[in-house]
Amino acid sequence: MKTSIPPQELMRSGHLACQGCGATLAMRYALKGLGEKTVFVIPACCWTILAGPAPKSSIDLPVLHSPFAAAAAAATGVKAGLVARGDRETMVVAWAGDGGTFDIGLQALSGAAERDENFLYVCYDNEAYMNTGVQRSGGTPEGSWTMSTPGARGSPRPKKDLDAIVLAHHIPYFATATPAYAEDMTRKFAKARAVKGFRFIRVLSPCPPGWKSDPKDSVRLSRLAVQTGLFRLYEVENGVARVNVPVPRRKPVGDYLRAQGRFKGLTPEMEQRMQRGVDALWDGVGK
Amino acid sequence: MKKVLMGNHAAAVAAKLARVQVAAGYPITPQTQAFELLAEMKASGEFAGQFIAAESEHSVMAAILGAATAGARTFTATSSQGLAYMHELLHWVAGARLPAVMIDVNRALAAPWNLWTDQTDSLSQRDTGWMQFYCSNNQEILDTVLMSFKIAERVMLPAMVVLDGFTLSHSYEPVDVPSQEDVDAFLPPFNPEFSLDPKRPRTFGALVGPREYLRLRRRMAADMAEAEDVIEEVGQEFGRAFGRSYGQLETYRCEDAETVLVTSGAVGSTAVAAVNALRERGLAAGNLRLRSFRPFPAKALRAFVRPGLRLAVVDRNYSPGAGGIFAQEIKAALRPASGICVRGTVAGLGGGDITVELLQEVWRRAHDAPLSASEAETWAEDSR
Repeated sequence: MKTSIPPQELMRSGHLACQGCGATLAMRYALKGLGEKTVFVIPACCWTILAGPAPKSSIDLPVLHSPFAAAAAAATGVKAGLVARGDRETMVVAWAGDGGTFDIGLQALSGAAERDENFLYVCYDNEAYMNTGVQRSGGTPEGSWTMSTPGARGSPRPKKDLDAIVLAHHIPYFATATPAYAEDMTRKFAKARAVKGFRFIRVLSPCPPGWKSDPKDSVRLSRLAVQTGLFRLYEVENGVARVNVPVPRRKPVGDYLRAQGRFKGLTPEMEQRMQRGVDALWDGVGK
Repeated sequence: MKKVLMGNHAAAVAAKLARVQVAAGYPITPQTQAFELLAEMKASGEFAGQFIAAESEHSVMAAILGAATAGARTFTATSSQGLAYMHELLHWVAGARLPAVMIDVNRALAAPWNLWTDQTDSLSQRDTGWMQFYCSNNQEILDTVLMSFKIAERVMLPAMVVLDGFTLSHSYEPVDVPSQEDVDAFLPPFNPEFSLDPKRPRTFGALVGPREYLRLRRRMAADMAEAEDVIEEVGQEFGRAFGRSYGQLETYRCEDAETVLVTSGAVGSTAVAAVNALRERGLAAGNLRLRSFRPFPAKALRAFVRPGLRLAVVDRNYSPGAGGIFAQEIKAALRPASGICVRGTVAGLGGGDITVELLQEVWRRAHDAPLSASEAETWAEDSR
């Protein structure tokens, strides 16, 4: 059978993820796009565990675990070290969660992006500190329950617009992806491999324990995020933006929000505000 | 070839001679010229390695972690707040058993702001697993950087070469710069057994349980202990190659000394003059300079002392609630020995002058102390 996604598997079974983990799907499709000649730098995040405690490994590639704040800086060093030893081919990938990207790792990310370091930075964005047990991050959406924003109303502030921050660094390639759109995602990682300079991909990554959703719904939720317009699949190449999956008839945001226990406290007013935000954004960029 | 170099430049020139493959840096006073000279040599093609001008010291040391794990010989330079900002990464690099070499230009830590020399920055990093070597002049800085790569790559632990802010970093002295051929013969290329290589996938720094963690720490302890001998061996080897030998301790007129000044860094040079002045007055003075602080030269120190000896330790650092750090460590190392007086003096913090006169006064106070004295540290200040 001919498939549009490479059949080669670089991720192994037996990883330690929760059922329905979006971050394992994200890694699997990323690896299909990236291929073998790749080295990973992983700061503190769920993937610190999922990559395998010593001496186990759930991916067939070299991994350097790095401190929380330093994924982009460690990746800078890895690339420089490989080049210094005569290896210009190997792709270096920093693979971090939203906490290590939106928050503590932002300085190193900004530094590497501004210097146009030659590697790919991936943020698998599950919208909270999931590895430590669901605490709010700068990637947590408004109204979402977390352990550090208890109470009925959840997180009080809107999600940080990281895409805008990253794009402000004039990098050659930027993209968003999510595992429900596997072909789109695999293509973007293959494309990122071919680009030179600093590349960034943000992957929306459903997390059943943190989102209080059913593990079987992870792919459905990641599709709904796109179909409601809350998560846009787009890429920006040398400053030129392109929407990859147009959504001519958007579903109401409530379809996505109501399938997740983390938004249980969301009031109708907040929901309406989110809907208006989505509408304004899409009307702004066209259909 | 003799060249007149400031301490910072002596370090950068040594890094270039060591054929460093990746250098990273961030500007901080009084280290900045080391960083600038590396950038300049990179621009002119004189330095062939990769040069990373990172956005912070935290990222500098993270880049060193990445580059060294990729198998490259690495170098950086920092000082004071910058070193403190690197602290987390110092543990990472040492725990990962990477033989990175860095210079730290000693400078006091805020608050309040202070730009001048003080060892509290480097000594605050004593538990990170980095070896620490203290230099007394610019020749020694260049030589120690070269030796550090060799020592670090043999025991697979990172090394910090420490020099006094301004006193050495900004002072120009004649330095014998060896030829590239001679350095190449002394220091072969770095070829680690393990590195990041897609052909041989391995994981570095993964989670381990208590049993593995303790065993890895024990292994580090064993290698640190071995480093004491390696430092002596490499110091002798360096002497055979370049005519200047080094050990963990340097002694001056100590054979018949009754009271010995114990110093480190540039104060060691001043102490030689102080000892000469005391000897001229017929006093049995000597100077013992500690070149390595990690590993702590406990074996060498125990072999050096004899009953009835007084040690006047000069600490340009202070651990609040405890005292001068060299004095504490010397007391701990000599605890099994008896009949030795160790008297600590804190002096020259934040760049205060430690003069020949001040050292004579410190020596005199220790010389007059009862042998059995076990007293709290004293403080000494330049009276001018």
